[in-house]
Amino acid sequence: MVTKDLSVSLCGLQLANPVVPASGTFGFGLELADSFDLNLLGGISLKGTTREARFGNPTPRIAECTAGMINSVGLQNPGIEVLVTEKAPALRKIYRGAIIANISGFSVEEYAYNCGRADACPDIDLIEVNVSCPNVHAGGMAFGTDPASAASVTKAVREVVRHKPVFIKLSPNVTDIVSIAKACEDAGADGITLINTLLGMRIDIKKRKPVIANKMGGFSGPAVFPLALRMVYQVAHACGIPVMGCGGVRRAEDVIEMMMAGATAVQVGAENLRNPMACPEIVAALPALMDSLGINSLQEIIGTV
Amino acid sequence: MQKRIFHIESNDAVARDTFRLVLRTDGPVAVCSGQFVDIDIPGYYLRRPISVSDSLPDGVVLYYKVVGEGTRVLSAMAPGAALELLLPLGNGFDPEKCAAEALLIGGGLGAAPLYLLAKELLAAGKKVTAVLGFNKADEICLIDELKALGVPVHIATMDGSVGTKGFVTDAIAAAKPAFDRFYTCGPLPMMKAVCAALSAPGEVSLEERMGCGAGFCYGCTVQTASGPRRVCADGPVFDKEEVLW
Repeated sequence: MVTKDLSVSLCGLQLANPVVPASGTFGFGLELADSFDLNLLGGISLKGTTREARFGNPTPRIAECTAGMINSVGLQNPGIEVLVTEKAPALRKIYRGAIIANISGFSVEEYAYNCGRADACPDIDLIEVNVSCPNVHAGGMAFGTDPASAASVTKAVREVVRHKPVFIKLSPNVTDIVSIAKACEDAGADGITLINTLLGMRIDIKKRKPVIANKMGGFSGPAVFPLALRMVYQVAHACGIPVMGCGGVRRAEDVIEMMMAGATAVQVGAENLRNPMACPEIVAALPALMDSLGINSLQEIIGTV
Repeated sequence: MQKRIFHIESNDAVARDTFRLVLRTDGPVAVCSGQFVDIDIPGYYLRRPISVSDSLPDGVVLYYKVVGEGTRVLSAMAPGAALELLLPLGNGFDPEKCAAEALLIGGGLGAAPLYLLAKELLAAGKKVTAVLGFNKADEICLIDELKALGVPVHIATMDGSVGTKGFVTDAIAAAKPAFDRFYTCGPLPMMKAVCAALSAPGEVSLEERMGCGAGFCYGCTVQTASGPRRVCADGPVFDKEEVLW
């Protein structure tokens, strides 16, 4: 077999391959360092981080669904200082790929502050701004469901981040994803990550109450793949900035499909929870799949459909 | 943590809705008491975490209760069928902290991980007594296996059909076993009552609905005396002082 080129260029960052575990489904990377060689991954999007440490939501935080799951973790995290002084430096010691900080906030000012701290951390390569978390009552998704507020967060973050690409991670729980993505692009975003989870719910019919303690949560898994792919396609064709495609990706075929739709990198989320080896297995499967499809370089297939 | 394929050696009903599952694989298996495995059940998205009841040179013995669709599918699987497991997961009990005499307290299927713990304690030369609680006689399991190890077993049933009528705390009060450390696994209200009744140091095995089962999704975090802890990776076993009832 001919050697295949899996590398992609993302806002000047050269990724060894497009496969990136999605934020919230891979901890801070370190949790899985003993399970496989993290350097097989093109990048790692770290657990969503707020200014202050957060416990998150009460349990149960997890509900199983057909072809997917609901989570309502509620942004449990140790706070931005622990991220930039402990978690990212510890990961950098063992990991050469792109380290992506995923930043949340409860106000425009908090987003800007957290992103400024991440920008100053030499161990972080890219900043992903989460305006799409469905599991916190204030902030979170509220900033990502309207073009004007998504733009205001983007603009505030853009003003403080001097050194690193800024991606805005968008929610699918909107009527017009393209208008929100374009508002972020116009406000200075370097790229778009989409999609975050869909707001979902399950009821325990024996107990007659919601399975999730917080009643609702974010639905993800293979069931959302066609919806995510459609949104990646729409945004990639409407915007001039790169897209990291995310949503229901579980195998190498899905990575190729996302890239043909317009994604430069592809995030793997819920699948990590059912198979912690999902990402390295996908990376390992890509060369043979590329060969069968007559693809020599992944970079060449981005947005070709 | 490893992802490995096991084959079902046996999968038999041993009590009401309760199955004993023996799984074998190629090569050695190393699991400690209190640790668990996460089983991929065909057709279901998330794995099912099940505590290890016994560790074999090339396999594990598990007990599970049919509580929903996934465990129902598992109960219908025949010997020879393949199952993909993640293991070993969780921290496990600490038998070395027992000075000389251990009391094992199980409620329902909480008895399962105590069997392997009993073997580890006995191998270390410790004396072991078990107190097991069940709702009714038809749920009783693992008593003969524990007795075969030479462990005295005291039973409590809620309907009084076997042993002491009432809770495990009633059976402990009646039997007055000597112990310097206790280990408990079972329903939360039972373990809370046990920890309130016993002044000796103790370890508690918690249960929580899990996502990944391996410490990176933060789906099973509980608040403890020393802050947020993941039941799957920081636990499932915690010192009794850590648990905020």
